[in-house]
Amino acid sequence: MKEILSGNEAIARGAYEAGCLVACAYPGTPSTEILENTIAYKEINSSWAPNEKVALEVAIGASFGGGRALCTMKHVGVNVAADPLFTVSYTGVRGGLVLVVADDPEMHSSQNEQDSRNYAKFAKVPMLEPSDSQECKEFTRLAFDLSEQYDTPVMLRSSTRISHGKSIVELGERVTGLPLPKLEKNPAKLVMLPGNAKVRHPLVEQNLVALSKAGATMALNRMELRDKSIGVITAGICYQYVREVLPNASTLKLGMVHPLPRNLILEFAAKVDKLYVIEELDPFIEEQVKAMGIAAIGKDITSLCGELTPGRLRSAFGLPQPAVIPADDLPGRPPNMCPGCPHRGVFFSLNQLKAYVTGDIGCYTLGFMPPLSAMDTCVCMGASIGMATGVTKVVSDTEKKRVVAVIGDSTFLHTGINGLMDMVYNNSPATVIILDNSITAMTGRQDNPASGFTLMDVPTNAIDIPLLCKAVGVKNIRVINPLDLEETKRVISEEMERSEPSVIITNKPCVLIKRDDVFHKGPVYAVDADKCTGCRACLKIGCPAIEWRPAEDGSKKGKAHIDPLLCTGCDVCRQLCKFDAIGSVK
Amino acid sequence: MSEQIKNILLVGVGGQGILLASEILSEAAMLAGFDVKKSEIHGMSQRGGCVVSHVRYGTEVFSPIVPEGEGDILFGFELMETVRALPLLKPGGSVVANDLQISPPSVLMGQVSYPEGLTGRIRAQFTDFLLVDGQKMASDAGNVRAANTVLLGAVSKRLDIAEEFWVKALEKMVPLKALDINKCAFRMGREL
Repeated sequence: MKEILSGNEAIARGAYEAGCLVACAYPGTPSTEILENTIAYKEINSSWAPNEKVALEVAIGASFGGGRALCTMKHVGVNVAADPLFTVSYTGVRGGLVLVVADDPEMHSSQNEQDSRNYAKFAKVPMLEPSDSQECKEFTRLAFDLSEQYDTPVMLRSSTRISHGKSIVELGERVTGLPLPKLEKNPAKLVMLPGNAKVRHPLVEQNLVALSKAGATMALNRMELRDKSIGVITAGICYQYVREVLPNASTLKLGMVHPLPRNLILEFAAKVDKLYVIEELDPFIEEQVKAMGIAAIGKDITSLCGELTPGRLRSAFGLPQPAVIPADDLPGRPPNMCPGCPHRGVFFSLNQLKAYVTGDIGCYTLGFMPPLSAMDTCVCMGASIGMATGVTKVVSDTEKKRVVAVIGDSTFLHTGINGLMDMVYNNSPATVIILDNSITAMTGRQDNPASGFTLMDVPTNAIDIPLLCKAVGVKNIRVINPLDLEETKRVISEEMERSEPSVIITNKPCVLIKRDDVFHKGPVYAVDADKCTGCRACLKIGCPAIEWRPAEDGSKKGKAHIDPLLCTGCDVCRQLCKFDAIGSVK
Repeated sequence: MSEQIKNILLVGVGGQGILLASEILSEAAMLAGFDVKKSEIHGMSQRGGCVVSHVRYGTEVFSPIVPEGEGDILFGFELMETVRALPLLKPGGSVVANDLQISPPSVLMGQVSYPEGLTGRIRAQFTDFLLVDGQKMASDAGNVRAANTVLLGAVSKRLDIAEEFWVKALEKMVPLKALDINKCAFRMGREL
């Protein structure tokens, strides 16, 4: 049977067909939908973990218990999961263990564009890289087999265009007859103390040599000889662009990007006149090819930054480009917080209070955008609190009071909690605002340990965030309604003045939560045109439901208008209007 | 080779239902026996940003994204986004656009005006330009939310996929309770 599947759907299908029993992840674009699709297969126990490190550790445990296990994350998630990754490469596996990492060249939804292939080499783990959805499914199956055959975790690298691209996939059946999981002690293999690790490390090195040799005859590494004047070594999505732009060139398509099949590369290089390596981001393959003593052209013609496209590849090879009609004079359309978003009033208040805001990763990072313009730093998941502590260590006592960290509920539980421990432990005077909207919103509304539901939609414990902060030792904990501007500004101002750690927690849910009885839409608001003076105060919150309309007679004075289809009745704009011109529609 | 590939771009604003329309199109192409690839960016764009979905079908499709300047059909859900995507279209390509304006933040805040003369700009460069009042036609069909399907019907007339495959794709992708209205909206679009 054939279906059109995204790369992520196909990876989930591949895990199912491979007999995978456990799938664990922390959501992150562009990897999120893999676990949202494994839940369709009841044979797989799928769960969200608080962060990528825990997700990988859960998968490692399932593997050690004898079951096949999948762990998925976005590229930056591997930074969090790197600690277990670098040592599970030594222990190896019992049940097959596959780590899917989805890179984001061009940073469509990321803070950097690190190239995860370097992790495979660094952690000494084999890595497969599919070029379409069919390969996503097949390579995932194969990764489980290789994992057990070579006693190693296997990484599968995707990218935004692979994960979110769709193509036709031939579905297969789930494998049967895999050994049943059961406890089995093997401390020499699984307890990585120096004495044991010293025995394991050489085995890892031998494994990589064996895999490099085997790679020369594996079907996933494929030599396609056409015109031999140009030969291109490529992998992943770049293979598709090469076939599109240089249909006659010979290609060596690598399905395994670590370790590289040295003999196959030497053979291919000898068959073609001029050798190119086409890859996005780092010259990962190119440098290794050159280290084999082979002349090749790669990053001389393609960029280290961003993703490739057929057009960019055409330019790289000096091929003619079609004439392009310019359309760069149009106003931009940046993303924005939703109408009624509970974060809006908090950032409006922080802007008014002239706070120095250390930010974090989530929808609320959009608090950086004008007109809210209230975010001063953003580095990685969970970093806001540590950064706030650090800033207060160097600035004057007056400036210390201005330092505020903002962090979402999911990000706080991901890695922010450690920053809070440090803040209390070392008595930093900064203020932390936990923007608790009861969901992991930016990646598409996933549940988390504080939302009260599991990925499988089973009701579960919801972490009591105020109580957790209390247990950490925070003495000043305030829970506020972020849709009440007066309360929000007053409480933030009071806590900023305080010379010891304080935490403010907002208590309104994300407007997009679909579960019943979480978000309640209020009555729609409207502007009374007779009372509106055109002062533009309501525009300062940047709500997409409020539009400035110039006066019809062409005079300068215009008026505000509220789109009744977008308004959620959050009431924030009404509180800003000094002329009582905004009210709910009865 | 690229002559055998049909390149369709679907553009608009996050939340307009672009992904569903491109799924229906891809499904119809697969049912008609073509190789199909499709690509778009999720994530941040969900929050009111631009959305561009690429659908390509033919005997064998390599790149999932339409090479710049090779688009055959531009399917615009919003006027300004339609004009923004014109560089992706080939000379002599077709434009089917919904006559709908959604203001971006700078317009909402009164910093700039929504650009004027957009339809003239399209018409000046593309002779096959169909501007559709999708909202009105959809409400005639029974539900304003079927506007995308009206436009999809108009797009379908410009593609070599038989009507039966479109209907099968609609039956697979559209919820049962909205199916009749969407079939009606699709037929209205085809007759434009």
